[in-house]
Amino acid sequence: MWSWIPGNASLIWHLTWENLKLGVLSALYGLVLSLPLGIIAARLRWFYPPVLTVFTILYAVPSLALFIALIPAFGLTDTTVIIALTVFSLCVILPNVVAGLRAVPAAVTQAATAMGYGPLRRLVTVELPLAVPVIMAGLRVGVVSSISLASVGQLIGVSSLGYLFIDGLQRSFPTEIYVGLVLVIVLALVCDLILVAVRRALTPWLART
Amino acid sequence: MSFFSYAWDWITQSVNWHGSDGIPHQVLAHLGYSGLSLFIAALIAVPAGVAIGHRGGRSAVAVVNVANAWRAIPTLGLLTLLAVFLGFSALTWLVPLVALAIPPILLTTCEGVAGVDPGVTDAAKGAGMTTWQQVVRVEVPIAMPLILVGLRTSAIFVVATATIAAYIGLGGLGRFIIDGLASNQYGPVAGGALLVVILAILVLVLFAGISRLVVPAGLRRQGRSE
Repeated sequence: MWSWIPGNASLIWHLTWENLKLGVLSALYGLVLSLPLGIIAARLRWFYPPVLTVFTILYAVPSLALFIALIPAFGLTDTTVIIALTVFSLCVILPNVVAGLRAVPAAVTQAATAMGYGPLRRLVTVELPLAVPVIMAGLRVGVVSSISLASVGQLIGVSSLGYLFIDGLQRSFPTEIYVGLVLVIVLALVCDLILVAVRRALTPWLART
Repeated sequence: MSFFSYAWDWITQSVNWHGSDGIPHQVLAHLGYSGLSLFIAALIAVPAGVAIGHRGGRSAVAVVNVANAWRAIPTLGLLTLLAVFLGFSALTWLVPLVALAIPPILLTTCEGVAGVDPGVTDAAKGAGMTTWQQVVRVEVPIAMPLILVGLRTSAIFVVATATIAAYIGLGGLGRFIIDGLASNQYGPVAGGALLVVILAILVLVLFAGISRLVVPAGLRRQGRSE
């Protein structure tokens, strides 16, 4: 039964790549959108509570339901899945961006200001680097969840490793499902490890934990 | 027509409200799957989180990594795999949903208990409390807001994901979505999805209510003054 794997290597490779693409792009878009939103929210006190409420509600919207709601606009395409997963990642990452920036000690920002740093330079060279560990923690959850959730996209016909689950169930062929499970988990964990490495490279001053 | 008009048209057709595959019946089935899964997950994850958080140190750090890695397990994959081996047994849907619900509860419970001010636990010890009393009467109540956040996240995940239980032939709101997709009817698909969203939002509201009841009054006041 394991001979199924070499026989279908090109299919497996294709699905793995599609799944990786859906998951990673969604998490990156989520990060790109949550940085400016988070920066504004950390500055303006009144801005964050309503934004947080909106994203708490969006977070409660099931991915499958969001896929379905986007079908009239974007059809059964990658775009539908990526938008839905981007929203999900955004909900996970944004609170961490805000928490990370707010946790920068006031003494540090005052010291930067006293050294003549303008608001933008202070943000980019002092505050964001100090917030990296917390932001990265959010991004890790975002990327792992998106890769795992991308497999659900198969239910609306968008190619991902979910194909192996559905085809495996229809054919009562567990090997195929094992392959899909292992690949999704490996993809997610490899991305997670890469992010841990990036976080370490970006924050050399932190003790290695 | 938009998602909402399809969903609304379908939900307001009275024929969809009757019989053993009508909306009320499937909502109850959906809540049944979700509630039982969340309950079992909480029975496992809350005590485990409290124990690990109470010990603190390296094991509490390890929990963060384990819980994050755990999220990598695709629920649809676990569900289909169990369906191939166990068929329609209750374990087929229960195991994936419980597995899904454990990480958020474990993580926040552990964080909440580990984050209790050491001064407070020392005071509890000084007041003559046993370890058990410390945990139950001091650490858990202080960690309660975070534990509830974890339970809420898990509840939302479970309500959302119970949808795919229909994929292996079970009831619940996913029935409308999966059958609609299979027969190319967007009405039940949109209607089912909207009902799941409404249920998830009701869960949010429910937890907002519970947190008012369960979080100690002193902590609530503190939260407001911050």
